[in-house]
Amino acid sequence: MFKLIESRMIVPNMHLLTLEAPAVARQMRSGQFVILRAEEDGERIPLSVSDWDAQDGTVTVIFMNVGSSTGKLASLAAGTSIPTVVGPLGNPTEIEEFGTVLCLGGCYGIGSIYPIARALKEKKNKVITVIEARSSYLFFWEDKLKEVSDELIYITRDGTKGYRGHVTRLAEIIKSSEETVNRIIINGCTFLLKRGSDVSRPLGIKTVVSLNPIMIDGTGMCGVCRVTVGSSTKFACVHGPDFDGHQVDWAELLQRRKTYMTEEVVPLRTSRCEEHISRS
Amino acid sequence: MSEPQKKKLDLNRREMPKQPPEVRRHNFDEVALGYAAETAIQEAKRCLQCKKPKCVSNCPVEIDIPGFIQCIADGDFAAGIRILKDKNCLPAMCGRVCPQEEQCEQVCVLQKKGGQIAVGRLERFLADWEAQQGELEMPEIPAATGRKVAVIGGGPAGLTVAGDLIKLGHQVTIFEALHKMGGVLIYGIPEFRLPKAIVNREVQYLGKLGVNIVTDFVVGKTRTVDSLLEEYDAVFVGSGAGLPWFMDVPGENLNGVYSANEYLTRMNLMKGYLFPQFPTPIKNHKRVAVIGGGNVAMDCARTALRLGAESRIIYRRSRQELPARLEEIENAEEEGVVFDFLTLPIRYIGDENGWIKEIEYLKMKLGEPDASGRRRPVPIEGSETILPMDAVVCAIGNSPNPLIAATTPGLEVGKKGNIVADEETGKTSRDRIWAGGDVVTGAATVILAMGAGRKAARSIHEYLCSL
Repeated sequence: MFKLIESRMIVPNMHLLTLEAPAVARQMRSGQFVILRAEEDGERIPLSVSDWDAQDGTVTVIFMNVGSSTGKLASLAAGTSIPTVVGPLGNPTEIEEFGTVLCLGGCYGIGSIYPIARALKEKKNKVITVIEARSSYLFFWEDKLKEVSDELIYITRDGTKGYRGHVTRLAEIIKSSEETVNRIIINGCTFLLKRGSDVSRPLGIKTVVSLNPIMIDGTGMCGVCRVTVGSSTKFACVHGPDFDGHQVDWAELLQRRKTYMTEEVVPLRTSRCEEHISRS
Repeated sequence: MSEPQKKKLDLNRREMPKQPPEVRRHNFDEVALGYAAETAIQEAKRCLQCKKPKCVSNCPVEIDIPGFIQCIADGDFAAGIRILKDKNCLPAMCGRVCPQEEQCEQVCVLQKKGGQIAVGRLERFLADWEAQQGELEMPEIPAATGRKVAVIGGGPAGLTVAGDLIKLGHQVTIFEALHKMGGVLIYGIPEFRLPKAIVNREVQYLGKLGVNIVTDFVVGKTRTVDSLLEEYDAVFVGSGAGLPWFMDVPGENLNGVYSANEYLTRMNLMKGYLFPQFPTPIKNHKRVAVIGGGNVAMDCARTALRLGAESRIIYRRSRQELPARLEEIENAEEEGVVFDFLTLPIRYIGDENGWIKEIEYLKMKLGEPDASGRRRPVPIEGSETILPMDAVVCAIGNSPNPLIAATTPGLEVGKKGNIVADEETGKTSRDRIWAGGDVVTGAATVILAMGAGRKAARSIHEYLCSL
């Protein structure tokens, strides 16, 4: 069992968990993910890792409370334990001295881009971090991000902070920068990854995206996470999760992510009040 | 002195009761119901007790088969299970899923007359009898040797190695990547063929013997083999064949196209058939085509059937070449799985939402025998046919999972990604590392993995005693 050290909503609908998982924390590197289960018989939930402490043996994940399984996970209080924390899974993000790197994070990716920016900074890169959200109240970890970035830029849909609009504003940000951007790394929802890659393609900047398809085992066994990259099929769990955003077949990925849409809402149709009452 | 009375040959192989096909195709309960004690005794009494029993030499784990059968004939089931467990720590499973028709039963002297002893059914009978007796009998374990062994993978090979070595007084830890022990026994083989309670019972038995069980631990990721070698005297790799093959035909990434591993894992490990009580879903498709002809293909087709689908097997050769066990083929046929022999899928066609809606296939004919000795299927020109289909499950095989090989420098790997290990000892190219089961042979059977585990355990024990 793995103990929850911290469990709190960090911004509306976005939840932070810090877990005791020493073996996982010891090996963790930026860009990798873990699989959690909230309860015995629970779904296996793959989540990008936003931070870790090898010394204390803890791993921090940030996720959107969006379905029944993430809801269950978010309902657990600090001090309780969950049956599964397995990892680190996937390959670490490639970190070299690239020059200037633009890190783009949205949604949970505002958290998971943090260790990537930190690793890039340690490798003497100039780091421009761009975070994107519907509105300014959805931003978090701004201080942490500032610590590891040379510049922190905001995009909000409603214009409450920084640039107004969507990730398409990225083109202007890059063009107005005094630096030549050598690489872009994007973490967040599939739309952000796709739109970000669409923006950078004509600019000819290498763009690395962290994909988040449906997964079960996370070790290459089931193959549900397959994505077409270039002309070949890859398993995101073992070949990725990072891929060249200009090579990914986005239409296929978006489609495959919808496979269980009808089933995903089934448990949400009931309030689960009965279950709650019967347990208490 | 009178001549011992010559036993009259009884060729009446006793049938094992099964759920009727029209009932079982609607439930997930076990199909075969097992012998009653009287039937088991009758069957056991048919055994001729050969002086040089061929069945034993054809058993990968060398069980004293006439020995335990005699015990059943005498009604001494407790003695029978002791003999069985002396060589096989997982009898309830082997009695169910071993291909006895290719091993012990194939060489039974009564086989020629069509009355071979039902060794598998008797093995299963004893194991189930024992489970009903409550507390399992614990073997005596010698004083601790102080030697430590790490076993990677909680499937049949790993469970065997762990069981053998713990009984020799060594300290054993199993590292399993998934959240449940059992490997393919848990995620792959369906409930209706191997109830999970049985697997759990066998795993708990190992726990009681003192085996340390660590789940949710991916060796190669959470910790490398080399790091384990700093703490353990020996490492056994039994990580299985967990990398699914696809056919590389157009449309294979459409929604509704699954690997057998995904389909069966959703079903068995995650209990998708009980969704939403269990939160991992599995789709109830109307028409499902399973590509392949092995045991895994039969498992998928029969699973789809139970989920309410019109279920068919698409196989490129004929019935005669089906690699699945005859028993499973017959079960599938009885339950109503449709068999499309001599067909090869060439394309999956999707609808506007990216879901598969049709499968296009070619008719085949059988040509000259190929390297496997089976006649090679050859496409018939112009035989393209399109069939409406809601889902396809690709059950054409698996390669060894590359994770351990890729993270263990100096470990020799074969052409197919398999770890190279000595057939007799399980020794790999690296000192203190043994391997066995599907990760060495490619996808094979539970009992072969157990046989490899047994040999490796013997070799590991020799090594540990030499220290």
